[in-house]
Amino acid sequence: MKQDFKILGTRPARPDGLDKVTGKAMFGADKSVTGMLHARILRSPHAHAEIVSIDTSKAEALAGVKAVITGDDFADVESRWTRYTMQNCMAQGRALYDGHAVAAVAAISKTVAAKALKLIEVEYSVLPHVTDVDEAMAPGAPVLHEGVKARKLGDDVSGNTVGYYSFGHGNPETGFAEADEVIERTFKTAAVHQGYIEPHSCLADLGGDGRGELWCSTQGHYMVREVCSEILGIDASQLRVTASEIGGGFGGKTTVFIEPVALKLSQKAGKPVKLVMSREEVFRASGPTMSSSIDVKIGMSKAGKIKGAHAKLRYQGGAFPYQMVMMGAMSAFAAYDLEHVQAEGWDVMTNRPKMISYRAPGAPMAVYAVESVMDELCQKLGLDPIDTRLLNAAREGTKSSYGPTFKAIGLVEALEAAKAHPHYSAPLAPNTGRGVSCGFWFNFGGQVSVSMAINADGTVSLIEGNPDIGGSRASISMMAAEALGIEYDRIRTIVGDTASVGFSDVTDGSRVTFAVGIATINAAKAAIKEMCKRAAKIWEIDAEAVEWVDGAAQPTGHNAGDFPPMSLAEIAAISGKTGGPIAGHHEGAPDKAGVSFGVHMVDVEVDPETGFTSIKRYTAFQDVGKAIHPAYVEGQIQGGAVQGIGWALNEEYIYGEDGLLQNPGFLDYRIPVASDLPMIEPVIIEVPNPGHPYGVRGCGETAIVPPLAAVANGVAQAMGVRMFELPMSPPKILKAL
Amino acid sequence: MTNVSMTVNGKAVSGEVEGRTLLSDFLRENLHLTGTHVGCDTSQCGACTVHVAGKMVKSCTMLALEADGGDVSTIEGMANEDGSLGVIQAAFQEHHGLQCGFCTPGMVMAASALLAENSSPSEAEIRHHLDGNICRCTGYHNIVKSIQAAASALS
Repeated sequence: MKQDFKILGTRPARPDGLDKVTGKAMFGADKSVTGMLHARILRSPHAHAEIVSIDTSKAEALAGVKAVITGDDFADVESRWTRYTMQNCMAQGRALYDGHAVAAVAAISKTVAAKALKLIEVEYSVLPHVTDVDEAMAPGAPVLHEGVKARKLGDDVSGNTVGYYSFGHGNPETGFAEADEVIERTFKTAAVHQGYIEPHSCLADLGGDGRGELWCSTQGHYMVREVCSEILGIDASQLRVTASEIGGGFGGKTTVFIEPVALKLSQKAGKPVKLVMSREEVFRASGPTMSSSIDVKIGMSKAGKIKGAHAKLRYQGGAFPYQMVMMGAMSAFAAYDLEHVQAEGWDVMTNRPKMISYRAPGAPMAVYAVESVMDELCQKLGLDPIDTRLLNAAREGTKSSYGPTFKAIGLVEALEAAKAHPHYSAPLAPNTGRGVSCGFWFNFGGQVSVSMAINADGTVSLIEGNPDIGGSRASISMMAAEALGIEYDRIRTIVGDTASVGFSDVTDGSRVTFAVGIATINAAKAAIKEMCKRAAKIWEIDAEAVEWVDGAAQPTGHNAGDFPPMSLAEIAAISGKTGGPIAGHHEGAPDKAGVSFGVHMVDVEVDPETGFTSIKRYTAFQDVGKAIHPAYVEGQIQGGAVQGIGWALNEEYIYGEDGLLQNPGFLDYRIPVASDLPMIEPVIIEVPNPGHPYGVRGCGETAIVPPLAAVANGVAQAMGVRMFELPMSPPKILKAL
Repeated sequence: MTNVSMTVNGKAVSGEVEGRTLLSDFLRENLHLTGTHVGCDTSQCGACTVHVAGKMVKSCTMLALEADGGDVSTIEGMANEDGSLGVIQAAFQEHHGLQCGFCTPGMVMAASALLAENSSPSEAEIRHHLDGNICRCTGYHNIVKSIQAAASALS
């Protein structure tokens, strides 16, 4: 594996930075075209209701209204998963949650569109609803969809239970019998929203001939194209999707919520349609992550060895079937080398918005429950929390709790770095506690395409197909520069539209720097091969007798010929005379992403009079394989940690008895602000991933996993009382005190 | 519809607005100054922060009519006259004070208002001042660093 890097590890300015600090960058809502219409969506005021009838005639008669659509305008589709997505975008027959779309309008102005919404008459017949996971899973609960219950389940759970998974090996009961101390606890965590600051926005133009253009804020414009073309019944080639700059996603923009609606309105009206969600709509009708109810039982020896471990995870994922508890069940005990372990998970539907991924989806709540019980065991047995984790830590060769055997991983290195850090031995003030937690995420590879053109002036144009949500254009340019042996500034990486480069999976799973990086390195190799061929042609020697060193072709030795090196710029300048343009491309599906572990340490102070928890000090250790751009890796770690802090302390979807969301806005859904936080110190650990030429592991998601338990363990120590429910908001803490 | 006139980034502008038209909509839709972003509609997120008469204002909760005759500055007016980056913009660029960049215009405008009043704010003062500007990506670390660097560069 390459280890002497010239570009990797430096911290150049991001290529998109200038446009972002000057206001020039074009986000989803920033594009307008002449003659476009403005769309608005009518949403259900009920948690669950049959749509008896919708009368749109008055709205259609209003001057300036150009199209009105309902669920009836959408034809059925073959794939049931696409059908769920479509019916989440526009209800058909039943409104399944507060905020579910039931009709939409396109008009000449936002004001006319808003007036038209009020003229749409919907007759509802209200149905019983359920929003809590345990209530939804209990027999007799109102069932969201019939006939989708997981096959292997019995009558002890309701038809809302759409998935069941079990991972592990050995027999936890055997382990508990061998243990000196066994603790079993039940936890609950609230649903939280990704909270990207940019609401969902798009501009759609679909002509009567079935040819369309779509501009939208998304983590995956190829995914948007596939889903929308299926829903609209048009060929994928006829719908060109361009991803705007994206104002945050964190998993929340890995599906569609408004794009099929805008396309359908555009088709009906024969004009371009702009559709922008309000923040209230983002909360009520785009996907939050799951809420959970979890039992964890762990048995430990006096010396701190885990003898047996068992988790039962019940996740609530909203109004449609989904598959995500599996990730939680696989993550729960991933940090430990265990003989007897089992993690089971149940996916449950409720009358809430359909869940979508949120950074390491499914893992944070599972790991919160496990790491809380670990902490309690350490307290009870008088053990050091880091030493105990080191004693049980997974390492290279460990058979993971979810099946595969780990290759090189950096958990032990992260724990040792945490133990040696001055933070761990710093004195604690009164009412303050120090919490520690491990965290884990799989990371993914997936399908990827990259196209690289060597320009005649010696610069390089690189097109990739993954929206840049964390600085990936910089890291990809850096890897291209490293592979080609030229300066970073000579490369411009852009995110192409769906017609300009091959298919690429969604920007998720911490996959982009890993997968697009591999494709970029391979595209560079292809271009280098061609440049060596051109040099050979000029020198009139065999192409095999030319090698690429430091950005230039040179003969492999004196026997090959005695020629001075020809740089990339020199070869490019005369490429027109040596055979035409030079380019390299690569398409593939790399799969050796390499899992990532992190360890977080936090000092929290709990005010006994107000119940307010403040974060006094925070240090996050994470194995990232190889940090391409360390500043952006640190940014991922800091950002993930703070999202986890919000999850632990304040953020939650609050539903009333009526099944309506009570806090669809940033005033009552409280995201961490700057004054809630200290500087977050990131510590980068580099244990190279053997599955990437430069050792890269994904780094974007792991950091949201440890904070929940780290904060909870700190609060438990500060208060002397342990909380079993997130968020640990001040009223709940006061009550516990 | 009513006619409003104001100075935006040093230039006289005017346009037809409804009584309900927000300053953010007037800037974005009438003047095509789309650097002022709208993230929450209710003044918590601060992506729409601009200056009116030198004071920091959430343009999503001010009517365009209220700014009639006023002096408005937006992110598009923060660069130097020769087009080079202003000190605060340069600090955000250099110190990686952004990830997705959606909150950045509001952060730059908020930072500018702070440094106009307090040329050497402490870390706590910076953090307190940013309470009305939410960033979901960075954890604020590099934003605070960028503002500290801008304060040093300006003094």
